Amino acid sequence: MRARPSLFSRPAWIAIAVCALVAGLLPVLNLVFPAGHALHISSYMVGLVGKFMCFALAALALDLVWGYAGILSLGHGVFFALGAYAHGMYLMRAIGRDGVYQSHLPDFMVFLDWKTYPWYWSMTDNFFYCMLLVLLVPGVLAFVFGYFAFRSRIKGVYFSIITQAMTYAFMLLFFRNDTGFGGNNGFTDFKRILGFSITAPETKATLYLVTLAILVGALVAGRMIVQSKLGRVLQGVRDSEARLMFIGYDPLWFKLFVWTLSAVLCSIAGALYVPQVGIINPSEMSPANSIEMVIWVAVGGRGTLIGPILGAFTVNGLKSWFTAAFPDLWLFALGLLFILVTLFMQKGILGLARQIDPRGKRRVVVEEAATVKETVKEAA
Amino acid sequence: MSIKREGLDTTHGAILYLEEITVSFDGFRALNKLSLDISVGELRCIIGPNGAGKTTMMDVITGKTRPDTGTAFFGQTMDLTSMAEHQIAHAGIGRKFQRPTVFEQHTVFDNLELAMTMDKRVRPTLFSRLTSEQEGKIEAILRLIRLHGEEDRLAGLLSHGQKQWLEIGMLLMQEPQLILLDEPVAGMSDAETARTAELLNELRGKHSIMVVEHDMGFVTEIAQQGIVTVLHEGSVLAQGRMDQVQADERVIDVYLGR
Repeated sequence: MRARPSLFSRPAWIAIAVCALVAGLLPVLNLVFPAGHALHISSYMVGLVGKFMCFALAALALDLVWGYAGILSLGHGVFFALGAYAHGMYLMRAIGRDGVYQSHLPDFMVFLDWKTYPWYWSMTDNFFYCMLLVLLVPGVLAFVFGYFAFRSRIKGVYFSIITQAMTYAFMLLFFRNDTGFGGNNGFTDFKRILGFSITAPETKATLYLVTLAILVGALVAGRMIVQSKLGRVLQGVRDSEARLMFIGYDPLWFKLFVWTLSAVLCSIAGALYVPQVGIINPSEMSPANSIEMVIWVAVGGRGTLIGPILGAFTVNGLKSWFTAAFPDLWLFALGLLFILVTLFMQKGILGLARQIDPRGKRRVVVEEAATVKETVKEAA
Repeated sequence: MSIKREGLDTTHGAILYLEEITVSFDGFRALNKLSLDISVGELRCIIGPNGAGKTTMMDVITGKTRPDTGTAFFGQTMDLTSMAEHQIAHAGIGRKFQRPTVFEQHTVFDNLELAMTMDKRVRPTLFSRLTSEQEGKIEAILRLIRLHGEEDRLAGLLSHGQKQWLEIGMLLMQEPQLILLDEPVAGMSDAETARTAELLNELRGKHSIMVVEHDMGFVTEIAQQGIVTVLHEGSVLAQGRMDQVQADERVIDVYLGR
């Protein structure tokens, strides 16, 4: 049998294992050692890395569609936010009567003088039902939207623009108080999740570790998909869709598969984000947020799955530092970063690392030499 | 969804019928009441000056362009004008484009694997594993198209001629009943052209083949005693053996100008 390349190279497996281990240690160090101890990790740090991991998961999801199938979404923020809102509904119900108005309704509904929950809030006091919503709502939205867009053969920049319009439309919808999702304040002031206090360090650590496990799981699953024959078909969609049709594939269903999968992954990222950050509001659906996700992927290295995770950490790490040190300059820095990456590092951080790696370089040279040899042979 | 190729009915000896096909683009008639048929196992060459409608005709057969009027049948029963591209490919028509279009980011082997006849829906594709029999089939095609030993190279790194052969190999992986080749030797060196003629002669009789080509030397080489069709302004101008066609006054007029 012909050997297929393993899921990751040996060094990559080791790097992933080491990173996961180090990341997994952070909340443990936070819990075990008291503040002031040399090995103590601040709760702020744990929260920050937890948040970054959610962003990394969203970037990974985006890379599946953009990096592999060549479908650039400028509206993935809507899936992220819908996942966050779906989980947020449960968290709002879990507040119970501990809100400011001590009503069984969330404060924003009391404020609107509503007496009962609207129909779409029914059963949301059940955690597992809300988790189902996290998967189903963005999944169905992506499937229906994708079906009509791909069936009409909308591609490239046109597709990107309508995804942008979609997230914008959802943002406007969620900004309205009457929509029943808290208007521009969104959901916040959560108290507990599954009976545990949401601010307790132990709860935070658990959420963090769940996020880490899902991120690693998504990386491995994503890699399995892109290395399967289906992954090669997706790259065929990206590189030559017409050829793919003439050898008998219907690109519609392949695009729909990866598009819906990506939306659901992004939604899971949002659902993990909301309890750790403690707030979700419609500004998450603003077009700028979705574009920022694209930048994470581009900076890290498109079409690599690991790259987007690196990119999400790098850009957000820089953002945390910049917005503290030079708050006015962040957007300029982000723009500059994007320009530099586009001009000089088209394969992102990961591509740069491969160029520097001497073995990687030799491989490139060998391929180039082979091409030159062919050309000479042909000319002769 | 997919159409069984066993359903192809060729009892009347013809595999493709085009009848009175007209295609207009903004008033320009690319095809004008074109009628043509191809027999099972035939290698048919189509020649004609630029703008004669050769590529448009292939677009109609493969479902890329819908004719304004006329019918296109594959075998006795399959109406090509009502089928989508991938359905037509499943039914057994393979097409090679004018410019080589292979998946440049995939290896030669992966290109052939993607093209191989099998269930091409999403789930079977996700869990697809090659059997050794299928690997053997890829191996055989690699030898036929002279790319044996090159299977792990990226297709984008192949020479122009090799890409053309790879594309023909991809067609063969689909085990098509009818192969459409659009200018297969355009841009090839003389040695590559000769090799391509050899390849097509090896395929003669095993598949029905339609070749659109400008290169007269190449057409003479592969047409042998078969029928050559001359297209002009969207319809058939002349039809016959190569020597007959070359002696035809109207053909000389069209090619050399009055």
